[in-house]
Amino acid sequence: MSFHPRMEYAPAKFHKSERTLAEQGGDFKYTPENQAKFDENVTHYPPEQRKSAILFALYLAQGQQGYLTAAAMQHVAQQIGCTAAEVEDVVTYYTMFYRTPVGKYVINVCRTLSCALLGAERVTEELSAALGIKPGETDPTGTFTLVEVECLGACDRAPVVMVNDEWHERLAPEQSAKLIADIRTKGAAAFTGCHLNKEAQQGAGARGTGDRGKGDRT
Amino acid sequence: MAYQRVLTQYINEPGSYTLDSYLKHQRGYEGLRKALTLKPGEIIDQVKASGLRGRGGAGFPTGMKWQFVLKDTPKPKYICCNADESEPGTFKDHVLMERNPHLLIEGCAIGCYAIGAKVAYIYIRGEFYHVQQILEAEIEKAYKAGYLGKNIFGSGFDCDVYVHRGAGAYEAGEETALIESLEGKRAQPRIKPPFPAVAGLYQCPTAVNNVETLCNVPLIIMNGPEWFSKLGPEKNGGPKLYCISGHVKKPGVYEAAMDTTLRELIYDERFAGGMMDERPMKAVIPGGSSVPLLLPDQLDIPASFDGVQKAGSLLGSAGLIVFNDSVCAVWLAMNLLHFYRHESCGKCTPCREGTDWLLKLLMRIERGEGQPKDLDLLFGVSNNIVGKTLCAFGDAAATPVLSTMKLFRDEYEAHIRAGACTLPAPWRAKHAMAGAH
Ligand SMILES: Cc1cc2nc3c(=O)[nH]c(=O)nc-3n(C[C@H](O)[C@H](O)[C@H](O)COP(=O)(O)O)c2cc1C
Ligand code: SF4
Ligand code: FES
Repeated sequence: MSFHPRMEYAPAKFHKSERTLAEQGGDFKYTPENQAKFDENVTHYPPEQRKSAILFALYLAQGQQGYLTAAAMQHVAQQIGCTAAEVEDVVTYYTMFYRTPVGKYVINVCRTLSCALLGAERVTEELSAALGIKPGETDPTGTFTLVEVECLGACDRAPVVMVNDEWHERLAPEQSAKLIADIRTKGAAAFTGCHLNKEAQQGAGARGTGDRGKGDRT
Repeated sequence: MAYQRVLTQYINEPGSYTLDSYLKHQRGYEGLRKALTLKPGEIIDQVKASGLRGRGGAGFPTGMKWQFVLKDTPKPKYICCNADESEPGTFKDHVLMERNPHLLIEGCAIGCYAIGAKVAYIYIRGEFYHVQQILEAEIEKAYKAGYLGKNIFGSGFDCDVYVHRGAGAYEAGEETALIESLEGKRAQPRIKPPFPAVAGLYQCPTAVNNVETLCNVPLIIMNGPEWFSKLGPEKNGGPKLYCISGHVKKPGVYEAAMDTTLRELIYDERFAGGMMDERPMKAVIPGGSSVPLLLPDQLDIPASFDGVQKAGSLLGSAGLIVFNDSVCAVWLAMNLLHFYRHESCGKCTPCREGTDWLLKLLMRIERGEGQPKDLDLLFGVSNNIVGKTLCAFGDAAATPVLSTMKLFRDEYEAHIRAGACTLPAPWRAKHAMAGAH
């Protein structure tokens, strides 16, 4: 829509002001476990500031249902004690909340500079070809959603891919199709994980972030 | 004398993130113990004397920031630790939280004591879920061991530290946007003043500090402000983490004093070890994507806040993005403007609309459909963003355009003349995806 005949306004989807009505969805209520988690989280904030728990509450709802429906947002609004519009306001701002169903594996390819310099654009192309979908789409079986995201904060391990909450690092374009095949057969075991995290937990060797296989970080 | 690492000395040891390792190797929580024997004002004085400057981007003196936190008010006070780390090219807080989380936890507790707060929130970006899990588990251990919670070391001081997960928004790193997000709203900045030190979280006095900044605090308390300020050049003291990525042999996080030069960081074996495949360097972005580029002949300067500023750029978050001569300057600006358009919070018009227009123009030029007048337009749109926005994001967004236009204007012109990209590197998309999304 444009207010000026010669000026094409930016498509609304580029802006955080995007507003489409969420699908109503079936009845939604936290599972008892999620209710307990929410009740605990809310105690982190002063009693009159329940709204601070809204992101946490939305993560719980999304985790339970895969994506956020209007019914889920209404439930969150009740939990927080705010209006459904306020919840929607938040949901539409942050990129990690989904308002439509997504695949079992949401593949987030970092496309920002450091990753792009090492082939992230090619990674997206290869993944796109292997899955037969464009970025932003979900494959017909509902297994994979492909998304391009901005810097994930691990630029030394470029190109980086985040799949749901798991990480896969140093994904060369040539390995991209194989990664998809591996996920199909091995599931989450196909991911390298966050390099740092793995070492922290397993204490595996003294490699820092700063190596391409040779030499150690100082 | 070789530089002795203090923030990251043990991070490569197995289990470096555990409380046991922290106590064994790093005199864990002795800084807090010592701090609690001092008066809060004395701690602020020590941090001031150390000259510690914020590691989040602006380099503002931390002691001063703490001093500004309003004291004479019945309202509670807060520390908000900025762990949003979303500036492209920056990944140092990631390493600290994952490999040395107790240093941050201790820093949070000392910070709280210094400003009279009882609660610190660590606002961590949603994508760092694996980091959050480590952090939460270690906080739990700190509580159990009596380093957090009620009446710490019998001093009567209570302190709680909570992790708050963001949900994907670069702008949440801006301090007032972070506060808004913590309050359960969109991460859009507030008009300043009032500054957070007066009216921050829940309109209470608040200090927002970067992860690396807070990690330095226990070191200052333990080793003294003089030790800290002597580490590195004047006004740029203390240890510094550098994030080096791009076309270098050994990308990673490196700790050094700020008398180290950019050239050493990029070429020295102790650091990134030189350019990948020995291809010549085209330029470096020294402080995260928001700062001006520096050319290969500008590298013999100390990588300090003041040194880099003198050279015409900024140290920012110390995220060095290095790239070789296969990179097209227009493509580079386009890549970064895609980021800024995507992340603009939309609150003010010059930034919201301007980033979109800049990206469109850059895509047009990169596709080979640019016209000579587009260069003036790029310049004009950029200058209508700079200095006219609510937060520093606007200036940051215009920087890649202004900086590449200044240094590589010939490339822009060549694109327009040739009607095509003049440097289409093999690592870029095979099919022009630009404009697809
Ligand atoms: C757009 C924008 C994004 C920012 N992102 C971050 C960030 O991710 N992490 C951070 O520590 N500071 C970030 N900052 C800087 C903060 O606003 C603030 O200066 C910093 O957290 C203060 O901490 P310090 O004094 O310890 O550096 C950002 C600033 C702007 C304008
Ligand atoms: S400059 Fe951009 S990011 Fe900052 S407030 Fe304005 S629109 Fe939001
Ligand atoms: S650019 Fe991809 S993780 Fe930073």
